[in-house]
Amino acid sequence: MISLTIDEQSIQVPAGRTLLEACREHGISIPTLCYHPALEPYGGCRLCMVELEIPGRPPRLVAACVYPCEEGLVVHTRSALALKSRMMTAELLLAGARGVPEIEQLAAELGVETVRFQLAETNTCVLCGLCVRACREIVGVSAISLIERGMAKKVSAPFELASSRCIGCGTCVLICPTGAFRFDEVAGFHNVEPTLEGYRRGYYRASGEIDLRPDFVQDLPALLRRQGQAGEAKG
Amino acid sequence: MNRLQTLEEFDQWQLARQQEYNPDRPVITVCGGTGCRVYGSEKVWEAFRSELTRQGADGDLYYDVKVTGCHGFCERGPLVVIRPQGIFYSHVKVEDVPEIVSETILGSRTIERLLYVDPVSGEKIIHEHDVPFYTHQKRLILEKNGNLDPAEISEYIAGGGYSALAAVLRSWTPEQVISAVKSSGLRGRGGAGFSTGVKWSLCAANVLKTGDGYIVCNADEGDPGAYMDRSVMEGNPHSVIEGMLIGAYAMGVHQGFVYIRAEYPLAVKNLRLAIQQAEELGLLGEDILHSGFDFKLSVRLGAGAFVCGEETALIASIEGRIGEPRPRPPYPAESGLWGKPTNINNVKTWAAVPIIIRHGAEWYARIGTEKSKGTLIFSVVGKINNTGLVEVPMGITLRELIFDIGGGIPRGKAFKAAQIGGPSGGCLPAEHLNVKMDYESLTSLGAIVGSGGLVVADEDTCMVDFARYFMTFTQQESCGKCVPCRIGTKAMLETLTRICNGEGQPDDLEYLEELGSHIRASSLCALGQTSPNPVLSTLRYFREEYEAHIYEKRCPARVCKPLITYRIDVERCTGCMVCLRNCSGGAIQGEKGQPHSIDPEHCTRCGVCRNLCKFDAVLVA
Repeated sequence: MISLTIDEQSIQVPAGRTLLEACREHGISIPTLCYHPALEPYGGCRLCMVELEIPGRPPRLVAACVYPCEEGLVVHTRSALALKSRMMTAELLLAGARGVPEIEQLAAELGVETVRFQLAETNTCVLCGLCVRACREIVGVSAISLIERGMAKKVSAPFELASSRCIGCGTCVLICPTGAFRFDEVAGFHNVEPTLEGYRRGYYRASGEIDLRPDFVQDLPALLRRQGQAGEAKG
Repeated sequence: MNRLQTLEEFDQWQLARQQEYNPDRPVITVCGGTGCRVYGSEKVWEAFRSELTRQGADGDLYYDVKVTGCHGFCERGPLVVIRPQGIFYSHVKVEDVPEIVSETILGSRTIERLLYVDPVSGEKIIHEHDVPFYTHQKRLILEKNGNLDPAEISEYIAGGGYSALAAVLRSWTPEQVISAVKSSGLRGRGGAGFSTGVKWSLCAANVLKTGDGYIVCNADEGDPGAYMDRSVMEGNPHSVIEGMLIGAYAMGVHQGFVYIRAEYPLAVKNLRLAIQQAEELGLLGEDILHSGFDFKLSVRLGAGAFVCGEETALIASIEGRIGEPRPRPPYPAESGLWGKPTNINNVKTWAAVPIIIRHGAEWYARIGTEKSKGTLIFSVVGKINNTGLVEVPMGITLRELIFDIGGGIPRGKAFKAAQIGGPSGGCLPAEHLNVKMDYESLTSLGAIVGSGGLVVADEDTCMVDFARYFMTFTQQESCGKCVPCRIGTKAMLETLTRICNGEGQPDDLEYLEELGSHIRASSLCALGQTSPNPVLSTLRYFREEYEAHIYEKRCPARVCKPLITYRIDVERCTGCMVCLRNCSGGAIQGEKGQPHSIDPEHCTRCGVCRNLCKFDAVLVA
C-alpha cells in the first residue's frame, strides 16, 4: 500500500493506482474529458490537472489521470493554480467548440465566463482520442487513427477513405463525448451500419461487462438512428 | 579492411595508421559541410584536384585534397585551409583555384584578396589559428572537424580515435565509466541539462534488473537556425559512435539507435558509412576486440516532425507509432523503447564521452563553471558578422560570444537581443550581455542553453515580430495531442499577429502572459511547456515595443508592414527613376530629374525602393 495526502486527507491506495483513480475511489471529484475507465489514460485534455506540493520547489501541475500515486506525495486538487489551469484549458476548448453543448456545460462548470479567443472554425470533435483508443483497445480493430498534427489533427480511417477493417460495431459513436463522430465516413465503404447488435459484438469481444457509455449517452438506439439519418441525408 | 580481433591488434593497427598519417604532410582541406556546399565547395575541391594534376603538383609538391566536415566559419564559405602552414582562405571560388595552386602551393606566396580581414582591426590574417573567430573558442567536440575526412575511419583512428573505447574495454569496469562521467560534470546537451552520469546510472540499474535495454542518440535537431548536431554527424560521426559504444558498455546495453532527421542527407550518409566501416573493422558487432562485449548500432530516420526530438515522441517514432509524446513518468530510463530501459542522449553529449575518457574526468571538470562543465556548441546566426558554429567553454559571457567571436553586428548597427535556445528559449537584451553562458545563469534570466541555437537581433528587428516568428514555428510543430499546446499556441500566435497588424487591444498583453504561463504549466511535453518562452521573455525585456504597437499603432523598428509608411525625401531624391521602374506595386510616380512620390494606397511596403535608392531618399516611418 502507498500512503499519500490528497486535499489534506491521508489516503492509502494499492500500488499502481493513478492519482485520478485514488481521488475517485475516495470521493474527490476531478473533471475529465479524455479519460475513460475502460481505456488506458491518455493525458491529452489536461482538465484533470492537480497540484503537487514538493518541498523546496515551486508547485507543479500534473495530469491526475496519468500520474502514479507515489509514497508521501502531497496533492492539492482544488488549489488556485489547479482550478485556474482547468479554467484556462476549458476556455481554450470552448474557443474551438463554441455551441457544442457538452463543452459549453463543462466550461461553465469550470467557471469560464468569457472566451477571449475564438478559432475561425467550430469543430465538434475535441480530439480527445476516445474513439481511436476504444477501437484499438476495446474492439481490437484499429480502423481509425488520429492523423496530421496540431490544428490540422483529426480522426480518420487510413488514407482518409472509408475503412475496410471497420466491423460496424459503433463503439466509436457511442464513446464520443460530443456526438462528433461521423460513422458514415469511416464505415461507408462496405456499407455497414451501426446497430445495437454490432456495438454489443464489438465491445463484448474485449471488454467484458464494463459499461462503455458515458453518462450523457442515455439512449443508444436513438443515437444510432440519428447517425444513420445524418448519413443518409449526406449521401 | 580486416576485422580486428583483439585489443592488441587494434593497438598495432592504430600505430600503423599513425605512422602513415604524418600530421605535417601537405594537404588542402576544403570544407564539405552543408553551408560550404551551398556556396559551391564541391566544385572547389574538384577544381583543386584537376588543377593540381594540370600544374604538375604531384611529385615533391604532392598535395592531398581533403574534404572535411564543417569548419564552423560558415559566413565565409567556401573555406579552404592549406596545411601544414594553416593558410586560411575564405569565400574561395572555382576561378581562384588555379591561382592558389600556382601562387600559394608552388610559389609559397599568399593571395591577399582571399585572406580574412578582421572587421575590428582591419588587419589581414594569414593563418587559421590567428583568426579571432577561432582564437576565442575552445574546440573539443569540433576540434577535428576541420582536418578530418569523415569518410575514413582510419583517419579518426590515427588521430587517437577509438582509443577511449579500447582503454575502457581493456581495464575499466562499467561502474568506473559511469563514475567518471558523473565526476566530469557532463550534463545533457539536448537542452535540459540533466547530469549524464546520473542518467546513465539510473538506466544501468534498470538494465541490470530487466536484463535488457537500449541506448539512443537523439539527432533530431530541428530548431530554426541550429545545425551543430548536424555538423558533428557530418564531420565526425565516429566520435558519436565511440561515445555510444562506451555508454553501451557502461550501461550493459547491446543495441543502439541513432534517430536522425531525413532532412540531413549528408549526415545520414556519413553516419551510415561510419557505422559500416566500424562494423567491418570489428568495432561494432559481436565480441568487440575479443572483450566479450556486443553492440549493434542502427539508424532510424525521422520524418520531419519537430516534436520527435522530445524523448517519448522519439521512442514512439522508432517503434513505428505516431510521433507523439506521452506523459512521464515512467521515464525512458525505466520504460522506454518497447518497454525496456532506454537511455537517450544528444549527439554532443555522446561525442563528449570519448573526450572525457581520454583526458580524464578531472581535466574535463576543470573546464567551465562550478555547476556547468565542459564546452557548449552554439550555432550563431541572425544579425551577426561571423555566422557559424562556435564551441566555447561554459561560463563565457554573451558579450564575448557575440563581439569577440561573432565579430559584432553587421553595418555598425546596435545589438538588440539574442534569442538563446531556439524556439524553446528566451530573448536576452543588451543589458544582459554580461550573462555567463551556463545552465543556471541563462535559466535565471528566462532563457535556456537549450540545444544551442543563438539568433541575434539588431536594432532593425521588431521584437514582437521576432517573438511571432518563433511562435509560428512552435504552433506549426505542435503535435496537437494536448489542448493547452494545440489551441493555446494558436491563440498566442493570433494575438501576436493582431498586435503586429496594429489591431492589438490593451488587454492583449495580460492575456499573452496569462496564456503563456498556462501553456508552460499545463502542457504535456517540453515542446508545449517551453513554447511561450520567446513571447514571455520579450514581454519581460521589450514590453515598450509591444505597447507602442498597441497604444500608438507604431512599430519602433519599422518592420510590421501595416504600421509603417514609405515616403520619398524630396530634398534627397534626384529623380533617377530606379525605384519607380522597380516598384512592383506601381506605387511610385514622378518624372526623370524630378523628385518622385509614393502613393500609400498602392505601396505594398516591400522595401525594394529603399534598398535600391543610392541617395537614401526613401524614408520609413
